[in-house]
Amino acid sequence: MNIFSAFLEYSAVGIAAGGIYALIALGIVVIFKSSRTFNFAMGEMMMLSAYFFYTAAVTFSFGIFFGVVVAMIGSIAVALLIERLALRPMMGRPFIAIVMVTFGIGSIIRGIVGMIWGPNDLQIPAILARTPVMIGDIFIPGKTARAFAIAVVMVAALIAFLRYSRAGIALRAAAADQITAYSMGIDVRRVIAFTWIIAAITGCISGILMANVNTLTPHLGLVALNVLSVVILGGMNSIGGVLVAGFIIGWLESVTGWVLGTEFREITPYILVLLLLLVRPTGLFGTKEIERI
Amino acid sequence: MSTAVQPTLAKTSAPTLGRSILWICLLVAVLAALPLVAPRYWVYFAGILGINIIATHGLNIMTGYTGLLSLGHAAFVGVGAYTVALVQLHLGLPFYLAIPLAGVAAAVIGIGFGLPSLRIRGLYLVIATLAAQFILNFVFVHWQSVTKGDVGLTVQPATVFGYPLNNETRVYYLILFCVVVATWFAVNVIRSRVGRAFIAIRERDLTAEVLGVQIVWYKLVAFALGSFYAGVAGGLLAYFNQFVNPEQFGLLLSVFFLSAVIVGGMGSTLGAILGAVFMTLLPEFLREGALAVGNTFGFDIASILVPLREAVFGLLMVAFLILEPRGLAQLWKRARLKFSRSGQGA
Repeated sequence: MNIFSAFLEYSAVGIAAGGIYALIALGIVVIFKSSRTFNFAMGEMMMLSAYFFYTAAVTFSFGIFFGVVVAMIGSIAVALLIERLALRPMMGRPFIAIVMVTFGIGSIIRGIVGMIWGPNDLQIPAILARTPVMIGDIFIPGKTARAFAIAVVMVAALIAFLRYSRAGIALRAAAADQITAYSMGIDVRRVIAFTWIIAAITGCISGILMANVNTLTPHLGLVALNVLSVVILGGMNSIGGVLVAGFIIGWLESVTGWVLGTEFREITPYILVLLLLLVRPTGLFGTKEIERI
Repeated sequence: MSTAVQPTLAKTSAPTLGRSILWICLLVAVLAALPLVAPRYWVYFAGILGINIIATHGLNIMTGYTGLLSLGHAAFVGVGAYTVALVQLHLGLPFYLAIPLAGVAAAVIGIGFGLPSLRIRGLYLVIATLAAQFILNFVFVHWQSVTKGDVGLTVQPATVFGYPLNNETRVYYLILFCVVVATWFAVNVIRSRVGRAFIAIRERDLTAEVLGVQIVWYKLVAFALGSFYAGVAGGLLAYFNQFVNPEQFGLLLSVFFLSAVIVGGMGSTLGAILGAVFMTLLPEFLREGALAVGNTFGFDIASILVPLREAVFGLLMVAFLILEPRGLAQLWKRARLKFSRSGQGA
C-alpha cells in the first residue's frame, strides 16, 4: 500500500472518529448559547452516562435497549441537578468563577465514579457490529464507522430540532438577547435547563459510543476537554464551526497518531490550540468576539 | 472578581502592626521548634504543607489577585522539580542556585504557554494552561532520554556548607525559610504599585487600562510570578522527596491547588495559607475517617481513597464558590470580629 492510500485511510478513520467529537461539541455549544457557560464537566457527564449504561445493561442485565433508556434518564437527571444546584446560583457571577464551578463538578463526578466503579477498564456490551466497512480500498473499522453513522444522525436530528421546533426557536432567542427574550415571554431559565437536557442526551449517546469504540474507564471524559478547547477556538457561536472543529480533531488525532506514534494523539488537540492562539486568535469560524486589550 | 473587593487595600495602624509582627515571630519560632518535639511523620507533613503553601501563593497571585485562571499549575510545579533534578544531575549546581533556577525555568515556560493568550481577554488563557498541563505532563512521561519517563529521576540531597540536608528535618528548615520569604514577598508585592495593578485588572480591566495600567505587561508579570512560585515549590519538592516522577504532577494536583485558593479565599494572602493548610490536612482526616469507617464495617476503603479525595476537592471548590466566595479568610475575619465584639461587651 502506498503512502497516499495510507493517508486516505487514516484520514477516513479520523473523520469517522470525529463524528463523536462533533456530537460532544454540540452538547457544549448549546449550553454556551443559552447561558454563556463553558461546561468543563461535559466529559464527565458523558463518562457517567456510559457507566449508567454499563450498570443497567450488565449489572442488572436489562438488555441493551433498556440500558440506553436508563442511561439517558439517569444522565438527564444528573444534568438537571447540576444546573439547578450549582449553576443557577452562579448566574451573573464572573465567567471565571463559573468555569471553576463546572471544573469542580467534573472533579466530583470523576471521584464518585472512581469510588463506585473502581479505576479499572470495564467492557461494555457490544452495540456496534465489528464487520469493517470498505469504501473502495479504504478500510474503516466496523465500530468506528457505525459510531460515526449514529453520531451524524444524532447531530442532524438535533440541529433540525433546534432550527424548527418551538423550543429551538426559544433557545435561539435567548442566545441572541436574554433580556429581550424575557420580555417577549420566553422563560429563559427553562431554556437553560432545556439545553442541559440536550447536553445530557448528546453526552449519553457519545459516552456509550465512545465506551464501545474504546473501553470504559473514569478517564473516558478527558477527551471532552480537548474537544472543548478546540471548540472554544473554533468559535463558540457558530454551530457549523463547532461541528467542523470536532471533525478536525478526529482527523488530526488519527493522522498525527500515524505519523508521530500513537502516544502523540492525546496532546495533538492542545498543540493545535496553542498554534491557533498564535496565528489566529479570533477563532476559525464564529463571529469576531475577541477583545484585544 | 467583583465579589472580593476591598479587603486587600485595608490599612494597618501601627500598634496592630507591631502586635502582628510579634505573633508572626512567635509562630515562626514554634514552627522552628517543631522538629524537636514532634514525631518524624509530622515533620514530613509540615514540609509538604510548606511546599503547598508556596505553590498556592503563586496560584493566588495569578487567579486570586489578577483573575487569571490557571488549570495547569501542577505542570509548572513539575517544571521546577525537573529543573532541580536535571541541573543537579548534569551541572552539579548547589541548591541555592538550583531553586531560583527552578523558579525561573517555570516562569519562562509559563510565559511561553501564556503569552499568546495573555494578549486577549477571556477564556483563552484557561485553555492555554490546560494545554500546558497535558503537554508538559506528556513531555515528562515521553521524553525518555532526559526525564527517564515513568521511572523518574533521583535527586541528591542539598548541601549547606558541606552539611547535607538528607532527612526530612533538615529540608524542613530550608522549606520553612522559603515559606517565610515567599509569604513576606507576596504580602509586599500586593501592597505595592504592582499588586494594585493586579487587583485593578481583576476588578475591571478596561478601567485599569484607562487609568494607565499597562494590562498586558502586568498580566505577564502576574503570570510569571505565579509560575515562579510554582517552580520554587517544585524545586523544594524535588529536594524533599529526593526523587521526581511524572505521576506527581497530574491534573489532580492542579485541581488541588485551585481548590486550595478557592477554599482559602481568592485574593487574600492569609487565605492562600489557610487554604493550603486546610486542603493538605483534609486528605489525612479523610483517610483516617475512611479507614475507621472501613474497619468498623469491614470494607476495604483503601482502594477508594484517591477518588474520594478527588470528589471532595471538587465538592469543596463548588461549595465555596457558591456559598462563600471569599473563603476561609472571610470566615476567619468574621469569627475574629465577633470574638472581639463579645470581648468588648463583657
